Amino acid sequence: MLRYFFIGFTLLLLLLVSMTGLRGWKSKRPPLELFPDMVRQAKYKAQTESSFYADGRAAQAHATGTVPMGYSAPQAKFADSNSSSTDLAGPYKNIQFSGSPTYRETGRMGTQWGTGIPFEVTPSIMQRGQERYNISCAVCHAATGQGNGIASKYGLNGIANQHQQRIRDMADGEIFNTITWGKNTMMGYGSNIQVPDRWAIICYLRALQRSQNATLSDVPDAEQKKLNR
Amino acid sequence: MSNFFPRWSNLLPLKLLVCLAVIGCAIVGGIWYYFTPKYTRVGYQPDQPIPFSHAIHVKQLGMDCRYCHSFVEVSGHSNIPNTQTCINCHGQGKVKWDSPRLAPVQESWKTGRPIQWIRIHRLPDYAYFNHAVHVNRGVSCYSCHGAINEMAVVYEAKPLSMSWCLECHRAPENFLRPPSEVFNMDWHPKSFDEQLKVGTKLKQEWNVNPPVTCGGCHR
Repeated sequence: MLRYFFIGFTLLLLLLVSMTGLRGWKSKRPPLELFPDMVRQAKYKAQTESSFYADGRAAQAHATGTVPMGYSAPQAKFADSNSSSTDLAGPYKNIQFSGSPTYRETGRMGTQWGTGIPFEVTPSIMQRGQERYNISCAVCHAATGQGNGIASKYGLNGIANQHQQRIRDMADGEIFNTITWGKNTMMGYGSNIQVPDRWAIICYLRALQRSQNATLSDVPDAEQKKLNR
Repeated sequence: MSNFFPRWSNLLPLKLLVCLAVIGCAIVGGIWYYFTPKYTRVGYQPDQPIPFSHAIHVKQLGMDCRYCHSFVEVSGHSNIPNTQTCINCHGQGKVKWDSPRLAPVQESWKTGRPIQWIRIHRLPDYAYFNHAVHVNRGVSCYSCHGAINEMAVVYEAKPLSMSWCLECHRAPENFLRPPSEVFNMDWHPKSFDEQLKVGTKLKQEWNVNPPVTCGGCHR
């Protein structure tokens, strides 16, 4: 009798396991929530759906003429100096996108493209620029800036070589504008790269450009010794 | 009176007891094995509207996580990229624009309606996880998402249960890595000793003291 029980029991167990699978098996079924108390609440989280609004998004685009919470308020007057260097004290503490008409956020001084970095350039800014360049720009423009990044190998044409004279001569403000809004086939990166990072990228780009036309005398003494060795 | 119960019934209570014990063990074992996110969550791999492959984009092309998830370092929420980020490379006349697999990108770009990705990693609504504080303090994407750079189709690799979170919150030195390697999915310590050395150093340098009280994650 016990034998029949064990045979039946094993078969039942096999049946159940074949239905449920083991831990870690891939499944298309949404995870079961066994104790669903308050696990899903009537609130919106970032980038979630909403059945309330017609476009189905919980996060609505901000109404024209308003400033979202946590964003810097647009400034009324045109600034043409390095006046905004103070807000860099905490550049990554709050996300800084705004419609402010300053040089720092448009690259324009009056009606012209301005040039210069609107805050003090330090080695850490340069490193930040390098990091951001390699994340967002190198995919197309390549780590060297020569425009033969990985995307060019997959059929993306017309990538600008950053070492051409036209771009070497281009005003910083115009490059800023290109990063923000794009140009020709390049889409704008304004929605992906924050304002201080765009300037940091420009700093690094300038260094890249210089590096391609450098002579030995441009290299600091300490580094020269390493090269000569 | 002597043969009121047949002989076979002598062992019946014992046999019944054995059966019940076995069934009891099976139930307890089954609950232990199945009633946990290690079973319910791990391996969830839904079909996405676009068969986006992290293996191609990260492993093969060498793209950085932050090209698309651009605000993971400043935001609690790691953003799903907007359609324009796809269009940067997959726009009209660019890489694979006409591919039927990318039709939802085209449609989204034309209509302005977001691509309806299916969310895989979902914490309960009463748990507040902040991506920025974790990635800025040496917790790699790898720690919670597994080898996502090798996934052609993303699945949930870790249980994301509370006890699993606490494993690291109680002993972060077992998982922390240098900030330069947080987004490098191929960086792995050579040995556990090396991990402990690196982790302990970072923990002290940054004064990493992850909350293990309820209020740390539940507000």
